[in-house]
Amino acid sequence: MSDHDQSTQLAPPAGAAEPGSTKSDPILVVDNVVRHFGGMTAVDVGHLEVQRGVITALIGPNGAGKTTFFNLITGFDRPTAGAHWSFDGSALDKTSASRVARAGMVRTFQLTKALNRMTVMDNMMLGARGQTGENLFLSWLKPLWSNQEKEIRDKALGLLERFKLLDKQDDYAGSLSGGQRKLLEMARALMSDPKMIMLDEPMAGVNPALTQSLLGHIQALRDDGMTVLFVEHDMHMVRHISDWVVVMAEGKLIAEGKAGEVMANPVVIDAYLGAHHDTDLGDDALLEEGSDMEEQLADEVAEEETSREDQA
Amino acid sequence: MDTVINILNSMAREAIAPQTAAVAIAVIGLNVHFGFTGLLNMGQAGYMLVGAYGFAISVREGAPLPVAILIGLAASVVLSLVLGLPTLKLRGDYLAIVTISAAEIIRFIGRQPLLENVTGAAQGIPGGDYRVPFQDLSFLGAGQTSFGPWNYFNTGVNGWWVRVVAWGVVFLGVLIVWLLARSPWGRLLKGIREDEDAIRSLGKNVFAIKMQALIIGGMFGALAGMIYVLPSSVQPDSMGRQLTFFCWTAILLGGAATIFGPVLGAVLFYATRIFIKGFANATVPDSIMNTQQTEQFSWIVVGVALMLLVIFRPQGILGKKRELQFNV
Ligand SMILES: Nc1ncnc2c1ncn2[C@@H]1O[C@H](COP(=O)(O)OP(=O)(O)O)[C@@H](O)[C@H]1O
Ligand SMILES: [Mg+2]
Repeated sequence: MSDHDQSTQLAPPAGAAEPGSTKSDPILVVDNVVRHFGGMTAVDVGHLEVQRGVITALIGPNGAGKTTFFNLITGFDRPTAGAHWSFDGSALDKTSASRVARAGMVRTFQLTKALNRMTVMDNMMLGARGQTGENLFLSWLKPLWSNQEKEIRDKALGLLERFKLLDKQDDYAGSLSGGQRKLLEMARALMSDPKMIMLDEPMAGVNPALTQSLLGHIQALRDDGMTVLFVEHDMHMVRHISDWVVVMAEGKLIAEGKAGEVMANPVVIDAYLGAHHDTDLGDDALLEEGSDMEEQLADEVAEEETSREDQA
Repeated sequence: MDTVINILNSMAREAIAPQTAAVAIAVIGLNVHFGFTGLLNMGQAGYMLVGAYGFAISVREGAPLPVAILIGLAASVVLSLVLGLPTLKLRGDYLAIVTISAAEIIRFIGRQPLLENVTGAAQGIPGGDYRVPFQDLSFLGAGQTSFGPWNYFNTGVNGWWVRVVAWGVVFLGVLIVWLLARSPWGRLLKGIREDEDAIRSLGKNVFAIKMQALIIGGMFGALAGMIYVLPSSVQPDSMGRQLTFFCWTAILLGGAATIFGPVLGAVLFYATRIFIKGFANATVPDSIMNTQQTEQFSWIVVGVALMLLVIFRPQGILGKKRELQFNV
């Protein structure tokens, strides 16, 4: 990303900043998004800006309201009146989930939504935008869409290769491991060339052996110019790839800034320790390539996969 | 030996009967709803009745045949819009409840004595009121043709002509569904069946696509209704819950989300029932079970067979087992 206006006070601050701080080139601006469940306030975000072209992590203990916040701004849930948010310059209040996606903001789900009884390839092809053959009146005339279909398939093959799912293309998505399904969901979202991708706990349930490559993929997306907003509740994961970190607790934004600063912030430590005392689970050794731990895990994964294939 | 041949002959006759073809078409429509899109239409017979009324009344009032067919189809489109607009944004069960009640309401309205002049109330509309223009189209001429166990008038009220047309429509229906199912639009339907929210997150207008599927399946239902009544009469009570149940049995038997499953299911369903009836009639003495009781017995056996099918071969005859394995 360009650093040309880093000197102005609107540039992303170098270190810690107040929650809701302004950004030099925000792609997503959120105001006043509130959601109650019964008497409980799950989300109460006053102001948030997400900088274009960087990886922003949204972290916070379990139950902080991260998923609910994702649902609200992607049209899968409705905030209480008075909420405003805009993406890439146009307002998104009151738009449906599919319109949000068409605007270029595509999400994945914490509980993976792979289409289990369809093949990996069919899953991928559903992600592509603007398909002539998806129009009912043109769908029965194959010559009208067969060329486009080929292009989409080639694109899908490229992405599957990148996500190491190429040899699974004809398998049912339901036969994949949990981690592979997460990868598939992410690859499928990328089929639409989104401007921003929102990943809800992309690492959860993924084997540590796969985590490393997943982190690599996310960084590669950013390097391609995409904006990434991802949810994670493990701070140690976040440190490795995020350019900016936003912390949420009990529905509110409590801090934002560079990973290092945020994690040193007593408010944040408090929120985490208050939520669960055994926070320091994130073992960096898991993430370093070539460690014994990783090899051991990779072996286990391989074993699991062969036994899975035997069963099938 | 004679009884065996008799039973086989009546099975063969039932298999190609126009009513069997009509149900096959209705099941093709139900397959678009349930098999491909996952829509729970519990009132396919209601679509059939709407199509039959639209068609029969239009012909009786002097509309040309093609116009009458279009009116029958349009009536089903209206029904789909009325049922779909309020429910397709909600969870799947709502459509099920609404379709089952709508089918009953249509039947009750059709039976109303007040509507005697329009629908013929409970007596229905006699076939003679609307059959003639269709029969006049026949190029098979007069006379009778015999072919194996099948011996019918070439045209007639319930002869070769209506059979040829009915099975021609079945063939067309299979072709249309095949064309749609292999397309990206068909892929969308299956995606919606698997997980609507996932499809929404990919930027697709799920509501519009579900509505399109509901309309298309309903139009097959209406067409089926028209064929169903051509060799007989429009009887509201012959297109009630029971007929919807037959459609569901046939689709589960043949295999949902397959191309030929609906046709195979409908043919097997009707032929098997005749077999059970004929077999019970021939082997069980009248003192134990008379003809009327064997009729009822055959329904019981069909019900039991359906249960066994769902338990032991849930994917139906033509369905793929592997697809069901991942059903969460
Ligand atoms: N549909 C719902 N009904 C009631 N409470 C909910 C619902 N969804 C989430 N919550 C509550 O809202 C809070 C935030 O949940 P969530 O957004 O899933 O947190 P996170 O993703 O940060 O772990 C939790 O206390 C959760 O129990
Ligand atoms: Mg969550």
